[in-house]
Amino acid sequence: MSDHTPTGWKRWAYSTNHKDIGSMYIMYAVVMALIGGTMSMMIRLELAEPGLQFLEDLHFYNVLVTGHGLIMIFFVVMPGLIGGFGNWFVPLMIGAPDMAFPRLNNISFWLLIAATVMLILSVFIGGGAGTGWTMYPPLSNSLFHDSASVDYAILALHLAGASSILGAINFITTIVNMRAPGMTFHKMPLFVWSVLVTAFLLVTALPVLAGALTMLLTDRNFGTSFFAPEGGGDPILWQHLFWFFGHPEVYIMILPAFGIISHIISTFSRKPVFGYLGMAYAMVSIGAVGYIVWAHHMYTVGLGVDTRAYFLLATMLIAVPTGIKIFSWIATMWGGSITFETPMLFAIGFIFLFTVGGVTGVVLANAGMDIMMHDTYYVVAHFHYVLSLGAVFSMFAGFYYWIGKMSGRQYPEALGKLHFWVTFIGVNILFFPQHFLGLAGMPRRIPDYPDVYAGWNMVSSIGAAIAGFGTLIFLFVIYRTFTAGEKAAANPWGEGAKTLEWTVSSPPPFHSFSEPPQFDAKPEAAE
Amino acid sequence: MSSETKKHPYHLVDPSPWPLLGSVAAVVMAIGAITYMKGGTPIYMFAGLALILYTMYVWWRDIIKEAQTEKAHTTQVQFGLKFGVFLFIVSEVMFFVAWFWAFFNASLGHSPAGEVWPPEGIEPMGTWGLPFINTLILITSGFVLEWGHKGLLKEDRSRAIKGVVGAVILGAIFLGLQVHEYGEAAFGFTDGIYSSVFYMATGFHGFHVFVGVVALAVCALRLKKGDFTSKQHIGLLSASWYWHFVDVVWIFLFCWVYWWGNSAFFAQ
Repeated sequence: MSDHTPTGWKRWAYSTNHKDIGSMYIMYAVVMALIGGTMSMMIRLELAEPGLQFLEDLHFYNVLVTGHGLIMIFFVVMPGLIGGFGNWFVPLMIGAPDMAFPRLNNISFWLLIAATVMLILSVFIGGGAGTGWTMYPPLSNSLFHDSASVDYAILALHLAGASSILGAINFITTIVNMRAPGMTFHKMPLFVWSVLVTAFLLVTALPVLAGALTMLLTDRNFGTSFFAPEGGGDPILWQHLFWFFGHPEVYIMILPAFGIISHIISTFSRKPVFGYLGMAYAMVSIGAVGYIVWAHHMYTVGLGVDTRAYFLLATMLIAVPTGIKIFSWIATMWGGSITFETPMLFAIGFIFLFTVGGVTGVVLANAGMDIMMHDTYYVVAHFHYVLSLGAVFSMFAGFYYWIGKMSGRQYPEALGKLHFWVTFIGVNILFFPQHFLGLAGMPRRIPDYPDVYAGWNMVSSIGAAIAGFGTLIFLFVIYRTFTAGEKAAANPWGEGAKTLEWTVSSPPPFHSFSEPPQFDAKPEAAE
Repeated sequence: MSSETKKHPYHLVDPSPWPLLGSVAAVVMAIGAITYMKGGTPIYMFAGLALILYTMYVWWRDIIKEAQTEKAHTTQVQFGLKFGVFLFIVSEVMFFVAWFWAFFNASLGHSPAGEVWPPEGIEPMGTWGLPFINTLILITSGFVLEWGHKGLLKEDRSRAIKGVVGAVILGAIFLGLQVHEYGEAAFGFTDGIYSSVFYMATGFHGFHVFVGVVALAVCALRLKKGDFTSKQHIGLLSASWYWHFVDVVWIFLFCWVYWWGNSAFFAQ
């Protein structure tokens, strides 16, 4: 074992260092976000006016929607939040020298690249997979998608799933086994808590998707009848299995965001997080309840009325721990000496946008309402408010909060603020009108619409253009940070930033915490 | 460890080419599998598989070297490894949840298969013939393995080898009987939902038995070579946990798929 920093391409390709692997994850997520974002721009371009704008092959629209969904979920948000920030900051925050299984950490990253290769191939084979990210049969079976494109997509998800399961095993073991002396579970930073719950969800939810995908694969290629009614199978079985994975999956995307936001709100309010233990256990209960609400995605498939009543109630229940989090963030800011640096702007933006998405979620939880709203733009607006504006805002917040720590160079503050305001205004113009479109009955996943929806669609597309411009500003921010960024101090944020990553230099040494830090700080809540 | 002394009990692993190689192998095998499924040559699939097996070999060879030669596995690291194996088995349990879900969805009459299970026209296997014998074999193998494990704890290496080899032989017999049973079955792989659930659930279980047999066989070889002590034998411990997990899955399969699931047919 040598402590010399490996050099050249092998440093990255053969890496067993959590910081290098984390950096690769973040760069990868940025690149994939640009691809997925370009797809969404094409979608909004097509929907700007009634009629067809530039599409000739309408199947291609389905491919765009499918690709956008799969890329943003599996190849942007998960690698960015968990693989990127998780890898970088979980070991630093618990005072560990690295992850528990550094080689496993590396194959988690490279399997994700393998999955990307398969997903990109799926687009170019047989016209691509136009199944939507949910891949419901019979649309995804060999009758309606007879080329190999869906098989490529299935194996892409298999590989991405394997990558995530291995990564999650790594995170849980790291957190359980490698905390600094004195750091009990109840003194652990909230971001670490959030990754712990997320990783547990990954380990238990993804294998169910793997089983379902395998069934779909054998249905398509070997003549089994899992989802084929003609053989006694059941298409609804796919929906149960998919959403038993899929609902925890949405919490997998948002829980790390909760963790990041807690740190940023506390840092820039210069107060410890209000109700630390409540915040930690709110995440635990969101994770637990997230397992028993899956069928609220399936209100229209013909479930019994008692079943729907149960899923309605269980879904409403999630509003309680989520409310605890929102109110605790606000209470953290209350009476604090707040400054509005870019990370704080994105964090407050997150709270606002996530609350809007959460409230429409409560609306959609009602089985009766959802009969009307199902598969309309109201649903699209809802999940883009919680994910595109929630999870993605937290990624921006985390990026601005930690870029000085990761790169050693601080971002340009004025440009960062400009990026925030342009993005914030853009995404609201983009997604808020989609509530109106949904209430008026506009269906999702259709490239054309009646003239009556023209007005708000044009507004929405203008919002997309503004948000797209915001992305260009972000790329410029990255460029300026790395070419002209000021040297970052170990702790650029002052007394509010109390977690262990601020005790090491910026950037940290290749191997940090060669000697475990003595952690005897009080829990975040105690003052 | 050159410049600074290590003051923590953890294991910082050297850079390794195997994760990258394993991922390349995964892509080759995935594309090869699709090529094969679409009627093409299976060569690429087998090439990918060979590369994956090679990766597994060199990767585990490194781990064994780190444990035996470099003494890198402190008590703390051992706990981490064991915990990781436990979590891996948890994920495997959830994988089988999907297959049992498919089974109950169909057998409880929620599917278009209708109210009857097994569906009409399916003549299932007798519960108390081969399936029951296989159950006894697998349960016995679990006890034989634990007997051998106890031997290792008592520093009785030859008893340990006997126990592990005994489990391997019983596992191999189980697999042989299972293949025989598939050959005798009165229903084919594509004969509707009963066949789908039966063959895929028991087939994946069989594959897991095969993996367990290989893992235990490797442990037997390592025992013979002199690896493992009464205090440190993560490899054997992991293989035996995995073996007991496979055992429990079979007991569930036997009770629900073979026994409860077929009971309506034999009650007639």
